[in-house]
Amino acid sequence: MSVESLFPRLEPLLPRVQKPIQYVGGELNSTVKDWDEATVRWALMYPDAYEVGLPNQGVQILYEILNELPETLAERTYAVWPDLEALMREHGVPQFTVDAHRPVRAFDVLGVSFSTELGYTNLLTALDLAGIPMEAADRGEDDPIVLAGGHAAFNPEPIAGFLDAAVLGDGEQISIAISEVIREWKAEGRPGGRDELLLRLASSGGVYVPKFYDVEYHPDGRIKRVAPNRSGVPWRVQKHTVMDLDEWPYPKKPLVPLAETVHERFSVEIFRGCTRGCRFCQAGMITRPVRERSITTIGDMVEVGVKESGFNEVGLLSLSSADHSEIAEVAKGLADRYEGTNTSLSLPSTRVDAFNIDLANEFSRNGRRSGLTFAPEGGSERMRKVINKMVTEEDLIRTVTTAYGQGWRQVKLYFMCGLPTETDEDVLGIADLAKKVIKAGREATGSRDIRCTVSIGGFVPKPHTPFQWAAQCDHETVDRRLKQLRDALRTDKEYGKAIGYRYHDGQPSIVEGLLSRGDRRVGAVIRAVWEAGGRFDGWSEHFSYERWMSSAEQALAGEPVDVDWYTTRERDEVEVLPWDHLDAGLDREWLWQDWQDAVSETEVEDCRWTPCYDCGVCPTMGTEIQIGPTGRKLLPLTVV
Amino acid sequence: MVQRLRVRYAKRGRLRFTSHRDISRAIERAVRRAGIPVGFSAGFTPHPKISYAGAAPTGVASEAEYLEIGVVAPCEPARLRGDLDASLPPGLDVLDVVEARAGSLADRLECSVWEVRLAGADPREAKEAAECFLAAERVEVERLTKKGLRRFDAREAVVSLTAHEGTDETAGRVPSVPCAILRMVVRHVTPAVRPDDVLTGLRLVAGFAPPSPPAVTRLAQGPLDARTGETADPLDLDRDVRGGETGPAVRHVADDR
Repeated sequence: MSVESLFPRLEPLLPRVQKPIQYVGGELNSTVKDWDEATVRWALMYPDAYEVGLPNQGVQILYEILNELPETLAERTYAVWPDLEALMREHGVPQFTVDAHRPVRAFDVLGVSFSTELGYTNLLTALDLAGIPMEAADRGEDDPIVLAGGHAAFNPEPIAGFLDAAVLGDGEQISIAISEVIREWKAEGRPGGRDELLLRLASSGGVYVPKFYDVEYHPDGRIKRVAPNRSGVPWRVQKHTVMDLDEWPYPKKPLVPLAETVHERFSVEIFRGCTRGCRFCQAGMITRPVRERSITTIGDMVEVGVKESGFNEVGLLSLSSADHSEIAEVAKGLADRYEGTNTSLSLPSTRVDAFNIDLANEFSRNGRRSGLTFAPEGGSERMRKVINKMVTEEDLIRTVTTAYGQGWRQVKLYFMCGLPTETDEDVLGIADLAKKVIKAGREATGSRDIRCTVSIGGFVPKPHTPFQWAAQCDHETVDRRLKQLRDALRTDKEYGKAIGYRYHDGQPSIVEGLLSRGDRRVGAVIRAVWEAGGRFDGWSEHFSYERWMSSAEQALAGEPVDVDWYTTRERDEVEVLPWDHLDAGLDREWLWQDWQDAVSETEVEDCRWTPCYDCGVCPTMGTEIQIGPTGRKLLPLTVV
Repeated sequence: MVQRLRVRYAKRGRLRFTSHRDISRAIERAVRRAGIPVGFSAGFTPHPKISYAGAAPTGVASEAEYLEIGVVAPCEPARLRGDLDASLPPGLDVLDVVEARAGSLADRLECSVWEVRLAGADPREAKEAAECFLAAERVEVERLTKKGLRRFDAREAVVSLTAHEGTDETAGRVPSVPCAILRMVVRHVTPAVRPDDVLTGLRLVAGFAPPSPPAVTRLAQGPLDARTGETADPLDLDRDVRGGETGPAVRHVADDR
């Protein structure tokens, strides 16, 4: 059965919406394959606006890999803005892919990548517009398998009722394996229907199917146990780890949109994983071990990517980019190659040390030296020990002094507020730090023309981190501390004018906390919020704290739990956590020990350069640290 | 800058939903992919030497958009036409490239020819409305601009306005739907009078209200030929010189050098 394009029905609506180009597709390097020649069809969704979703690396990588498979096709779909949503409802146009404008419901799989929990309501909009029943239990044989991935999928329990399946970890290999399971099942004539397909996926060990697990609760609301309700389904579902990044050099052909997006650059992941051990950082915990891409693969990917895309900026991505074992050679090699071409290089996520200034200088060789960003995260020495962000005040001052001395005019400092054990003094320490930064900068340059910006947001405890047991700080306290800090910065006569201040309110963090550490009972809250009009919760102009709180009150009315129970309550060691049956490889006892170490302000070194401290990932997952140096160099590009 | 090239391109089909900013990004990237030796401005953030003249609004298709590229190595116009067209997405199509010889291109774009397709509108009513509009001395319309609601005359800028019956693009599927096509030549004035302003005018003077959103295409831009009331090709002045002919362009070249 062929599927018709929805575009003729969508087109008349487009002149009536904002930025219609985002719904049109046709990006450079996008792919439209013949519907009938494929047997496995994926709709890949990033549950936010096109301008945020299009540059997403995860979606682009899977899109390319799946479309390279002979019998598989993949198209993309994004959250539509409320203006188009209203028109689509009025005119009966269902959720569509932007590639061939096919109805999402016609696909075999709807794969949704959740970088953040704030996309959950957008999933519900897409399901509803697609005509796919929102609750997985109500879906029939003709509905796609709704599959979640991305970092938030490491605790998919709050959306478990809306999902058929979830995948943890790197998607490259498992998406191919899933395609193969579906292809075989279809070739056999779909034996046992949807249920059997899900069972095949679950019993392979790599796919979490929530409906095959029952959750029992204690009368006080805590989870009693989570157990499989089918034979052949594993007790714990493991994450996936791609071990050789050089074998998976994607994206090869980056999507280049016509519409403006949040990242207008070609990005290359230079390594995955991070073992710096920052205790607040979920990404660092769930993506272990460190696996580097080699300098030569990075060079090849940049060369091809720039040529294929026409982008004039290259971003070298990772969780802590300066930690690549050959970053200096990569930086110099790329800077040499692109000198005088108006192609600029950027290196986000760097740490606080002077080495980074050398790198930044290399990257800005013929451009301007405008701003450098560092993330001390905690305002006091004590706080940084708690979170294991091993940066001393001396390090920071030395680094910024070098930066200002070498012509950088602006330094941005990132912090968090509401960290475990935090006091008012810890947060006010940020003001002292910022003043010292300006003082050092003025001394280094002899000029008053330097600036420092303090950027601060609320901390949210995340699953699979040592802080998964911690009480989240209430938003009143966060807001009070943020105000104290603002006053301390503003009222300073000597330095106040040189220091900028940006902050995020505490309330959205509470909602993020509810969704991050929630269990299946939170699903009713998400649905109630969506029914009350909740959309685009990552956007302050759409987010409503009141709507979340009133919906939670209503949806959890019959339960012994509430929002505070999920957020500001500390958990003890024996409590079953909603994600305990999902295995990121981290040893639970090690996590607990690290949590105790946090409270006692004990630091942990990086296992790349010091002996293994038994976090558990490598032996559990059969993986190992993969770092250079390779000793290879980037050669100059040959002009064809 | 060793050479400036003038490019006529079309914005067709789905690509009509691109904004001017979208197009300039797409062109810059296409220029880079095609390896065209574009010049850059000096300064901290160098910008490619590409300038755009009178871009059609978002949602409006066009057969006659113009830009000028400054290059640092000589380019053969025909080759640049092929390279740039191949590098741009289908729907942004390069139609013509000439080497700039004379004066300012923007100055030559005095007026536009617009086609407005009105699915479901009665061609006879459209014709009557057009006649009413042309008979009026002034037709005051309002439009919400970035600076707020503006009120201006939409009549004076309109050089000609005709209506005729057309075949609706969807006529194959919905045979009974009539379609009116307006064709208008409108001078570029400030504030700009756009086809929607003329449509607003038709509603005001004759109560003419088409049932569906208009599909607008710019067919041509150029100097107004006072004799015919139509536009001339704005690139002809550059081409005449290349062909060795004498004409007004020669004087422009003299001015330019």
